[in-house]
Amino acid sequence: MSDLLLVPEKRFEKQIKATREKDGVELSILNLGPTHPATHGIFQNILLMDGEKIIDGEGTVGYIHRAFEKIAENRPFYQINVLTDRLNYCSSPINNTGWWMTVEKMLGIEIPKRVQYMRVIIMELARIADHIICSSVMGVDTGALTGFLYVMQYREKIYEIYEEICGARLTTNMGRIGGFEREWSETAWRKIDKFLAEFPAVWTEFENMLSRNRIFMDRTIGAGAVDAEMAMSYGFTGPNLRAAGVDYDIRVAQPYCSYEDFEFDIPVGQNGDCYDRFCVRNAEVWESMKIIRQALEKMPAEGGYHADVPDYYLPPKEEVYNNMEALIYHFKIVMGEVPVPNTEVYHAVEGGNGELGFYLITNGSRVPYRLHFRRPCFIYYQAFNEIVKGRSLSDAIITLSSMNVIAGELDC
Amino acid sequence: MSDSSNIKQVAPPEGYAGEGFFATKLSEVVGLARANSMWPLPFATSCCGIEYMATMAATYDIGRFGSERMSFSPRQADMLLVMGTIAKKMAPILRQVYEQMAEPKWVIAVGACASTGGVFDTYSVLQGIDKVIPVDVYVPGCPPRPEQILDGILELQNIVKNESVRRRSSDEYKDLLNSYNIK
Amino acid sequence: MSLTNEIIQQTLSRQFTPKVENFHILHDMLAFEVKKEALFEVIQFLKEDPSMNFNFLTDVCGVHYPDYDEDRQFCVVYHLHNWFDNVRIRVKAFLPASNPEVESIVPLYAGANWQERETYDFYGIIFKNHPQLKRILNMDEMESFPLRKEFPLEDQGRTDKDDRFFGRTGPNC
Repeated sequence: MSDLLLVPEKRFEKQIKATREKDGVELSILNLGPTHPATHGIFQNILLMDGEKIIDGEGTVGYIHRAFEKIAENRPFYQINVLTDRLNYCSSPINNTGWWMTVEKMLGIEIPKRVQYMRVIIMELARIADHIICSSVMGVDTGALTGFLYVMQYREKIYEIYEEICGARLTTNMGRIGGFEREWSETAWRKIDKFLAEFPAVWTEFENMLSRNRIFMDRTIGAGAVDAEMAMSYGFTGPNLRAAGVDYDIRVAQPYCSYEDFEFDIPVGQNGDCYDRFCVRNAEVWESMKIIRQALEKMPAEGGYHADVPDYYLPPKEEVYNNMEALIYHFKIVMGEVPVPNTEVYHAVEGGNGELGFYLITNGSRVPYRLHFRRPCFIYYQAFNEIVKGRSLSDAIITLSSMNVIAGELDC
Repeated sequence: MSDSSNIKQVAPPEGYAGEGFFATKLSEVVGLARANSMWPLPFATSCCGIEYMATMAATYDIGRFGSERMSFSPRQADMLLVMGTIAKKMAPILRQVYEQMAEPKWVIAVGACASTGGVFDTYSVLQGIDKVIPVDVYVPGCPPRPEQILDGILELQNIVKNESVRRRSSDEYKDLLNSYNIK
Repeated sequence: MSLTNEIIQQTLSRQFTPKVENFHILHDMLAFEVKKEALFEVIQFLKEDPSMNFNFLTDVCGVHYPDYDEDRQFCVVYHLHNWFDNVRIRVKAFLPASNPEVESIVPLYAGANWQERETYDFYGIIFKNHPQLKRILNMDEMESFPLRKEFPLEDQGRTDKDDRFFGRTGPNC
């Protein structure tokens, strides 16, 4: 049996013994997690240390494995949205919209331009919220709590917009097959405008505080560097890949939801270290704001808030109670009497952390035959131990927080 | 600095006050002290943890209720906030954390998952943390709003305030721990 | 000249027939089946041949088809992506229930490591020459392969929920 199949402690003990006999050096095992406060989620890393230096490590995940893929095989399409919320809970609307787009692609539904633009706005707001958390928490991990407390107030503003649109703050469960469940209120539009007016000053201040801060730079530059080749071979996507200098962004490579209509840049880094990841995320926040402004500007007046597909779009509740036709459609959708093709579809969106893909196999019934989530975190987190090897423990912590590993998405 | 007139002080317990002295029951003083300086141990596993982040950040500010200091070591905490799904793989670790905490200790199950397993009625998820450790307050919601989490903490403060100083050495309490097989 | 689905199909058929078959296009993505013995060499060709250049492994996952023939019960699905010409492709390998075993592609794409472990964890599909094939999301002690269709979603030992009240008495949705 290969040593790698042993529990890591056993494997490392062998190595400790060998090193002691050979060089007289005493290595030690350090158990980091699963409840360590600096791991931002529950992953266990068992590290073999030489003093402060990490020699080897092995990660254990699955501490919040909730069997999403099994649940998805037992729930109708419109209920699976609830699961997608809880993947990367820092940017739920992106997941929601990605899922609806997968179903729409499977059913061949055309979405009006206006709905697509609305979706773009909400997805970019979610990206900003996601990056706010990651960047500010990186500050916390290097000892700067102020930035976190400051910008979190503006994440609340984004949550207020979500609330205005769908009623929920974090796990938004936003939208339906074909669009949104209701027209956005006047307040929602006003709050978006207000956020766009206020946030640039805040974000500039936050960036000024950290990005040229000597302490922060010393902690992050060169820490946890990943070169482009390694990043690609480990399946990195999203800001972590772009920090290594590869300009792959699904919004541009395979535009969905009318992203081709907007002018924006893809920020890339050079060294793929923690500092570059931080800078790429910060720059993406500016690009997201640019996209939202364009979407607001180009927003068509006509088009409603959902596609005209009564077979799949759940009618509003008032109509279900007062209108015979709506009641019939409601009944048909809820009871799974609507036609579903027998097909396979893969759809990917640019999530907060990278390529969030949905691989859906249907067999004509009301539930998916198989649904696989391609979770960016799960795929790039496996490189973590490779990255931190040979570096100090404090670098490992900052690397983990700069990679923005979200446990919910990782364990699915 | 904020306007000091906005600061509300905790009312003194019932007692007899005279010239230069104040007499009251020991348990009330202890309860008062404990309730207003809870040290939380955030055991955040998923979505609810992000809402807790909002709770402790500037807008909602859990520090207003005496829980300014996050204690990330179970040894120096008295309020275990379990936030998020606890998978079966995680359950022994949660239990270990609980066992490590010093008495007196209280537990809040924040969110549907910690309370009952929530929407995840699956083979891998523990159907409520009260299967492995005793819980004092349940906060519903998926995830609960920060106000709800704060309400749960205030609810717990009420429990703490009125807890008898002898409860932790009582037979009922020992039976409770025994029923969970906690030494 | 950009890479099209037709070119990929022609090249692969020329190179590997009869080991590749059943080419079809679903939602603009070319998909095909490959015999399990040839999986590694086909993917290696797709990655390393300069005309193919599928540099990025997007996704690995398993599927269970209990209603299919004995030798097609399990399927491993690979999504590859060529970033130069921006083409995606789906490669499937069907495996028999008695011996669900396929060559690991970790030597080609390091990122396949955990994805193959996950597939093993869920379906019990063995990846030969995988450096560390053990469970990843579930506990090591677990005996079942939970995503196989014969295993139920809910934990059968739970006591706090009465299935009748959740509409789960019979084979439902």
